[in-house]
Amino acid sequence: MTSVREEQIAVPAAEPVRRPVSMRLTGRRLIIAVAVALAAAVPLVATSFVTFQVTEVMIYGLAILGLNLLTGFNGQFSLGHSAFYGLGAYTTAILMHNYDVPYYWTLPAAGAVCFAVGFLFGLPALRLQNLYLALATFALANAMPQILKFHALENWTGGVQGLVVDQPDPPSFLPIDGDQWLYYFTLAVILVMFAAAANLIRSRSGRAIMAIRDNPIAAAAMGINLSLYKTLTFGVSALYTGVAGALGALAVAFVAPDSFTIFLSISLLVGLVIGGVGSIPGCLFGGLFVLYVPNIANSLSTGLAGALYGVILLLVIFVMPAGAAGFVRFVLARLARFRQS
Amino acid sequence: MELLLQQVMAGLANGAIYACMALAVVMIYQAIDHLNFAQGEMAMFSTFIAWQLMAWGLPYWVAFAAAAVVSFIAGVLIDRVLFRPVQKAPILSQIVAFIALFSILNSSAGQIWDYTIKSFPTPFGHRSLFGGTLIDTHEAGMIGVTLVMLALLYLFFRGTRLGLAMRAAAANPESARLVGIRVGWMTALGWGMAAAIGAVAGMLIAPVVFLEPNMMLGVLLYGFAGAVLGGLTSPGGAVAGGFAVGIIENLAGTFIPYVGRELKLTIALALIVIVLMFRPSGVFGTRVVSRV
Repeated sequence: MTSVREEQIAVPAAEPVRRPVSMRLTGRRLIIAVAVALAAAVPLVATSFVTFQVTEVMIYGLAILGLNLLTGFNGQFSLGHSAFYGLGAYTTAILMHNYDVPYYWTLPAAGAVCFAVGFLFGLPALRLQNLYLALATFALANAMPQILKFHALENWTGGVQGLVVDQPDPPSFLPIDGDQWLYYFTLAVILVMFAAAANLIRSRSGRAIMAIRDNPIAAAAMGINLSLYKTLTFGVSALYTGVAGALGALAVAFVAPDSFTIFLSISLLVGLVIGGVGSIPGCLFGGLFVLYVPNIANSLSTGLAGALYGVILLLVIFVMPAGAAGFVRFVLARLARFRQS
Repeated sequence: MELLLQQVMAGLANGAIYACMALAVVMIYQAIDHLNFAQGEMAMFSTFIAWQLMAWGLPYWVAFAAAAVVSFIAGVLIDRVLFRPVQKAPILSQIVAFIALFSILNSSAGQIWDYTIKSFPTPFGHRSLFGGTLIDTHEAGMIGVTLVMLALLYLFFRGTRLGLAMRAAAANPESARLVGIRVGWMTALGWGMAAAIGAVAGMLIAPVVFLEPNMMLGVLLYGFAGAVLGGLTSPGGAVAGGFAVGIIENLAGTFIPYVGRELKLTIALALIVIVLMFRPSGVFGTRVVSRV
């Protein structure tokens, strides 16, 4: 606790040793402020189609952040996050469609449901490692569309046809249309969630989560409760991805079982690796990749779209083996060395 | 009892497909230490090559052998050209490289041979066996070929110098290099063998599921499940696991009332996860103990 508090007291200028740190922090804050300002300007200058696409990028980024908390920071592998995304989306759709709940209340509900399911799934996951955990989560991803189609639940889930969701209306005092409102709503949720994740990682719990990833035996020896932290991380990770799913349901205004197959999980995994495992801003880059690169490949050649996508993916992995975040870190380190010499 | 026996037989027939694939999965796992997500697509591509050779008029066995040899060479090349450069990259990046390979093979096969379903010949015929309708000569032949491949692999790994060298390279690369084994080439050889086994699996599976670029999708999933259930360190376990998955899938669909038919994949996978919770290294796998 003490070390955290020391940092928060903002280290006065009288302490020359600390200055570079605080300067770097302000630099980072500046970048974040500029990025938020730019993001806020997008719907005012871009077409509604681009606005919608950027909304989707943010939603994917949030889902990837959920996966990153589990895989990147806690070292637990998951191919099952499409299930949590789907669960969040369906929670929102069912609440809005069957119970007329206002859309903004469905987000906490989706988060809570996914947290509970994620936490419970984390319990058996404790016994499984690496590939075996991958298989278990993979089973979850494959089971989800089947459960959503299951005929006994049809009254709720709408079966194979899925459910239609009303797109949220902008508040009447704002002179903007539905797509713009959806964009700002998503942006606000994303900002809160990303800030919360950054704080979590910097906290005592965050250090415990990362210690488990780096060396579980040493972490246990230091008094970290492995089972508790691993299951809680599973829950929080599912919560993030579930909220992304809820936003996704609002954005697309429709949910159907076959939108949440194993391929969604694979897309999220690709986004995670391309953005940078263990990097929070990298998640948004991953979202960008997941949304745009298949479209680019498709526009180059319809027949060979998959092949082109694969080639682009391979090239990116060859150039940036540690993802975009690793690449940025590499470039910055090079620059620093260049400046020193 | 009659029904149970019938369903077990039908499960064995499905299981033979999964066992074939599981064997290829374990083979590559032994060589490179992780699962190859593109394994199914490699097998599919090899099968298309065999189909093309037959379309050009070659007899079945010539095309069969040629496809296996071409796949072997292609497997070695994929390792040397594509996976050498990312060998030092983080594991997750390598997995994404597999996904890329998957996408490339799937899409190219669709472009070259299009997506229409093609039938693939079998040397065993489709006559019924034991007078029943559940298992035919082709499925029996497939089970036979799988078991023969398993026996050959066992002899290769236990009885030859090369097999020993490959095992050493996979188990402990540094020490293996110190005693003069060329670890890089052993890995490439593992890729080649996995590709060739995959090709044989593909050519045996194609008469049942028909030939098209997405034919391997479901099969690979069950193959993975079988391999992990049996234990990734044991080829025999993987084959047994593949058969078990086929049988579980069929029995769950038949005997669990109400939910069984619709959720049979879910039930099979849930069962596998439960088994893994009690045997975390697979039923026949050896436990890997790591040094602190």
